[in-house]
This record gives sequence, structure tokens and C-alpha cells, in this order.
Amino acid sequence: MAFFFAQFLTGLANAAALFLVASGLSLIFGVTRIVNFAHGSFYMLGAFVGVTLMEFLPGAVGFWGAIVLTGLVVGLIAAVVEMVVLRPIYRAPELFQLVATFGVILVIQDLALMIWGAEDRLGPRAPGLRGVWRIFGEPVPKYDIILIAMTPFILFALWYLITRTRLGVLVRAATQDREMVGALGVNQAWLFTGVFALGSALAAWGGALQLPKGGADLLMDFNIIGAVFVVVVIGGMGSLPGAFIAAVLISVLNVFGVTYLPQSTLVLMFVVMAIVLIIRPYGLLGREEVAGEHGQVGAPETPIRPYGTRGRMVVTALLLVLAALPFVADQFLLILTIDILIFALFAASLHFILGSGGLVSFGHAAFFGGGAYAAALLVFHTDTPMELAFLFAPLAAGLLALGIGWFCIRLSGVYFAMLTLAFSQLVWSVAFQWRGLTRGDDGLINIWPAPWLNGPVTYYYFTLILAVGGILVLRHIIHAPFGYALRAGRDSPRQAEAMGIDVKRVQLVAFAIAGVMAGLAGGIFVFAKGSVFPTELEIAKSFDALIVVFLGGVKTLAGGVVGATFLSSVEHWLTRLEYWRLVLGLVIIAVVILMPEGIVGSLRSLWARVTGSKSEVSK
Amino acid sequence: MLSVERINSYYGKAHILDDLSFEVRRGEVVALLGRNGAGKSTTMKSVMQLVRPRDGAVMFQGRNLVGDPAFRVAKAGLGYVPEDRRIFTDLTVLENLEVGRQPARRDAPHWSVEQLFQIFPNLSERRGNRGKHMSGGEQQMLTIARTLMGNPALLLLDEPSEGIAPVIVEQMARTILQLKAEGLTVMISEQNLHFARAVADRAIIIEGGQKKFDGTFAELEQQPEIRDAYLSV
Repeated sequence: MAFFFAQFLTGLANAAALFLVASGLSLIFGVTRIVNFAHGSFYMLGAFVGVTLMEFLPGAVGFWGAIVLTGLVVGLIAAVVEMVVLRPIYRAPELFQLVATFGVILVIQDLALMIWGAEDRLGPRAPGLRGVWRIFGEPVPKYDIILIAMTPFILFALWYLITRTRLGVLVRAATQDREMVGALGVNQAWLFTGVFALGSALAAWGGALQLPKGGADLLMDFNIIGAVFVVVVIGGMGSLPGAFIAAVLISVLNVFGVTYLPQSTLVLMFVVMAIVLIIRPYGLLGREEVAGEHGQVGAPETPIRPYGTRGRMVVTALLLVLAALPFVADQFLLILTIDILIFALFAASLHFILGSGGLVSFGHAAFFGGGAYAAALLVFHTDTPMELAFLFAPLAAGLLALGIGWFCIRLSGVYFAMLTLAFSQLVWSVAFQWRGLTRGDDGLINIWPAPWLNGPVTYYYFTLILAVGGILVLRHIIHAPFGYALRAGRDSPRQAEAMGIDVKRVQLVAFAIAGVMAGLAGGIFVFAKGSVFPTELEIAKSFDALIVVFLGGVKTLAGGVVGATFLSSVEHWLTRLEYWRLVLGLVIIAVVILMPEGIVGSLRSLWARVTGSKSEVSK
Repeated sequence: MLSVERINSYYGKAHILDDLSFEVRRGEVVALLGRNGAGKSTTMKSVMQLVRPRDGAVMFQGRNLVGDPAFRVAKAGLGYVPEDRRIFTDLTVLENLEVGRQPARRDAPHWSVEQLFQIFPNLSERRGNRGKHMSGGEQQMLTIARTLMGNPALLLLDEPSEGIAPVIVEQMARTILQLKAEGLTVMISEQNLHFARAVADRAIIIEGGQKKFDGTFAELEQQPEIRDAYLSV
């Protein structure tokens, strides 16, 4: 019983930092509507800046002073990031900012590596709080007790700020209708910057406060972001008390999980989140998101048209070049092209549900990796012939998508995105922790294609036919009546339903089709590489696909393919550099700011301007 | 005080305001009349820079507002009450008023929360209630009171009589006259000619984004063909 209680206290202590970080994310999302993936990076910065400051400032005053200062320093950095990176793109399509925040993650990762090096830093102990107190005979670190005691004050301070101050009133008003707040004389730009800085400072304080219990390392950003999203979503987007309850719930659960179910610690959190969202779709204390409530009306969509003659000619020419490639290219270029084709198909499948369906999935890697694993498991454990195992990849991924989709489709917007993220994390943690089946991060190896397909040239043609075929099938579906129904459901679900379209069902089928195509890409991938590791299921993999789709352009059909080609090629060249993440991050940010319609969209606008001006001249 | 000079506004490719010019003088109440879709709300939004005119000028107290962000237009002394009210439904009445609060202005009447509660007694009774629990008429009162908290020199009221009960419409008319008596300049957009005549000194009629009439109501009486052509009475 005493041990049980001590465990519970540890969980509560861990909740302090988690709550700080989560409340910051919730605040930023509420006002700016930006799903800030870089939030974990500010948490990491908080830890590193905190360690450094603590080295300079001695004693107890120094320790606590360093923590306070950390928030100010990181808040300042965040303000600069907001002004430089996000301010120019608030008017860009919804969720486009997401890609920019991903660029910020990469930049901060490499800057941290440059400044603090690759070594993990151990956090200093809090002066005067080094030992333990005994509670019911069990040792509990003094620092834990202090953290537990502090948390209610933090909650109160935030609650006071939000409900009792003018800033809080403005923040809540802007959460609902920021244009109206502007029309009433409030400078939204500064409100946004302020909220972003404050939210990031909260993350940094979380990072600094956990130092005595952990430390600072370069993986902190991704390690925390999953948990933070889970907390915010379970609690309900924008609800501080909700975030608090959820932070306690998740932290306590984690501590007990480590003790009693060490094999399932990673899964547990996402299972809880899935259960909560199934029972309460908008989180414990959240409220329903109503589309269009925020007074943001985007530009009307221009309908997607099938390619004209010129477009067809370009595509045909490109295909001819690809078909002729083995005659001129060396093996390296062939393998690179195989990678690009696989990635293009994967991205096209995400683009299909995202662009035409309006379903922003944060967990599309589950189907890519799921397909790859399905085939690999069959080959690895049962020696299934490659042809059969390969067919199993899209099939299994499609079934997985059907199952996950059944839960997720009921939600929309950010909640949909979060639930897909949760399920993909679930799949990832199964692959990572069920070592008996999947061998964990040792991966499944020796998964080679059948002899008649072996060899780079043959496999290249195999990839080319399937990837191009898959992309063409997706294009065809978009221009078929099913595609119209899907787009109708995206643009005005109510009208679509009034016309007799079962919107949710159409979306579920589309989700499954996207899963099948992602699984197909995964199948091609696993036999191209001969192995598969849990990294293929990671958040980062899902983000890669998202970045590619947004970079290429959501509103254009070629977007996914062009984005995939762009990113794969750039990555292949950049990874030779030491600080390639920094460069890639800056490239991504630059593309986002300079080409708000994506690469394809912006090129098209440019083309229209050039040809438009020409025709005027000829008149 | 306000001089709109040949503005053209668009929604995407749709040309909504077509070379529209008009003036509002200090101390008067002007009614902007026209049918649904004539461009009344777009005119209001174009003055506020919520819709940016592609050319032309919006001169307010000697300064061109075109291109300014909306908050700067508000700070210059323009108060905007949108037709769909857009109150903050999660905020209480008092908090809604707080969002609108701006420092006093020398050239405009100054309003405190208590003064506004005298003008809108219903709001006073509901000061702690959230916006979403209020009736349409009360929401309309709140959105006007919220804008007055900014101490505007010129109030833009977009269709204040729309969608509220006749009793409240009468109350609204008295309120507008009261605001005028306090020295506020008001521009309202309306479809309801009777309401407009009751409160306004002058009428501007637009159709298809173009000005069709500008004069007193007495002058409008003498040109029934204009009324029949551009107003659905």
C-alpha cells in the first residue's frame, strides 16, 4: 500500500512538467489555431538553457533563478520564431503552418547540437532538496514533493491569467473569433506573438523543472511531443483543467505501467487516449469544434480539372524518361529513383484523403509501415513466397485502415488528426515492444524479392509499374463520381448529406483506399530494402508525408508526387553534410514562406502570370 | 468626417463595389439602403478594411485607411458592429465589453460600462451571463455596447434591425437616436425603409455596388421611382 502511494506520488511529480508543456501547447493552439509540432523543441531548449544557466548561477537562488530565466530566454526566442516564420503565413491554408513548425524542429535540433554537443547532460540536483523524505516508510525524493506542491499554484496562476486578466479575456475572445477581436481595435499580431512566447515559455519551464529528475538530450523534443499531444487531446483542446487532469492521469499511468506492465508502457498512453476519444470525442473537458466558427473564410476552392493535352504530354514524356532510365543510369540513381517512386506513391495516398477528402491524418505511416510489416512478418516467420506476401501488404494495410478509420472518421479536424496519430503510435509501439513477433528495433531482415524480380533493373520496373499504376488509380478515383462525393463531403458535409451522400461512409472507404495504396508502397519498400524497422511507423515518417503533401501543394493533384520528389532528392544530397537538418529545416521554412500555395500551386500561379502578361502584350 | 472615394472591392473575382463614393459628416445619422446583395455589408467591411478595396480611398479625419489592418482602423475611431453580431459566446457580458475597451478619445463621446448598462438595461441584468445564453435581441444590444466600449467617433451599424422582434426594433431606434443626441456619428445599413427613416437624416441607396441615390428622405419621397426600383418595399 505504501509502495503504491509512493508510486502515485512519483506520477504526480512527473505530471508537473507535462502539465506545463501541455498547457502551453493548448494555449497556442487555442489562439493561433496552429498545431505547433515545434513545441517539444522549446521544451528541449528549456532543458539545455536551464542546465547552462544553472552552471553559471550558484546555490538555491541560482537554481530557481535559472529556471525563471530559462522561461524568459526561451520565450524571447519563440517570439522571434513567431515573427519571422509564422507571421508571414497566418493567411496560408489551414495546417500549412504545421510544415513550417516542422522546419523549426529541424533547425532547433541542429542548433542545439552545435551549441551543446551530442552528449546527454545530467541535470543538477536542486540545492537543499537532494535527499528523500519517508512517507509511510517509503523514500520519496524531496524534489518530487516540491514539484507536487508547486503544481496547484501553477494551475492557479494560469487559471487566474486566463479568467481574470484582460490578456486572458482577449486570448479567449481570439480563440473564438480573431478577426472580430481585430475589428475591435486589438492588434492581433502582438497578441499572437505574446501567446506564442508565453506558451513556449511554459514548455521551457517544464523542460527546466524536470532537469533534476532527468536531464537534457537531443531526443527530448520528439520524446515529449507524443505525450503532450495525448494530454491536450484527452483533456480537451483549450481546456486548462482538462490538461491538468490528463497530465496527472497519463503520468500516474506511466509510473504504474513501468512497474507492472513494462512491455506496454508506450502503448498504454495511446490506448487510454483512444478510449477517451471514443467515449468523449472532444476530450474530457473539451467542447465541439464547429467549422467556420472562427470567422476565417478561405479563398474559394478552384475545382480540380483533368489535365489538358499539354499536361498529358508532360506526364507521358516523364514516364518515357523513367522507362528509359535503366539504360542510362547507374545503380545508385536507380535505387534513388526507386526510393522516390515509393515515397511518391505513399505521399499520393495521403494526398488523396487530405486533398480530396479534407481528412488530415497525422498517422499515415501506420499503413505504410503496416503494409511493410505485414509482408515481412509472413516472409520472416512462415517463409511465405514473396508474391503472396507482397499481395498481403496492401490487403493488411487496407484492413488496418478500415479498422482505424472506423474510430477516427467520427471526429473531424484536429481531433481526427490526433486520433490517427494515436493509432499510428499504437501500431508503432506494438512493433517496437512486441519483440517476440517483430524483434523490436532489431527489425525484420532478409526479406528479399522472388528470384525473378531480384536485381535492381527488374525491381526498378516492378516499382515503376506499381507506383505509377497506383498513382493513376488514385487520380482516376478522384475524377470518378466517388471522388466528387468525397469532395462534396469535404466542402459542405451537410449539403452532401442532404443530397443523399453518406459522407462518413464515403470518407471511410477513401481512408481505406489510401491505406491500401500506402500499404502497397510499404510492400514495395520492404522488398527493395530487404528489411523493415519500427522507424517506418514513426511519427517522423507520417510527418515526412505531410510535409511533402503540403510542400507540393494540397490543392493540386500533382502536389504529393512533386513534393516527394523534391524532398527525397534534397534529402539525399543534404544528408552528406554535418548539419543537414539545419539546411533542410531552413529550406522547408523558405518554401513555406515563399510559396504559400505549395511548389506546384505557386509554379502554376507564376505560369498563369507569365502567360497572362504575354497575352496582354500580344493584344 | 468619413469620405469614401471611388472604391472597388472584390470577393475573389466577383466585383462587389463599383466605383462607390459617399460622405458621412460629423454628427449625422446616415442610412445605407439597398436590397440583399446590393453591397451594403461589403461597404461596411471595406471601410473597416476587413475587405480590402483594390483601389480608391477611404479618408477618415484626413487619413487614408486603405491597407491598414482592421485594428488600426478601429483605433482611428471607427466602431464596427457586424450584421451577424459575432459576440464571443463563451465570454460573459462583462468580458465581451472588456474586449471592446479602448482609451477615451477627445473627439468622441466616452462610455463607461455603467453608462452602457443605463442605455441597455437588459445587459445590466445579465452581466455575468455567457453570450451563448442570450436572446437574439440581447446579443444585438451586446454587440453595439461592445463596440461603444472602444469610444468610436463614427459607429458603423450593419443591419441592426435584422432578425429581432418588432418591440426590440423600436427600442433599437430609440437607442440610435439617443446615441446621436450624445454626439455620436452613425452610419447604419438597412433594408427596412421605415426603420431607416425613423433614425436617419439622410439616405444613400446602392444597387449592384453602385450609388443610385444620395439625399434626404424628403427628397426620396419625391422620387418614388427610385424607391420602387432599388428597395423592396
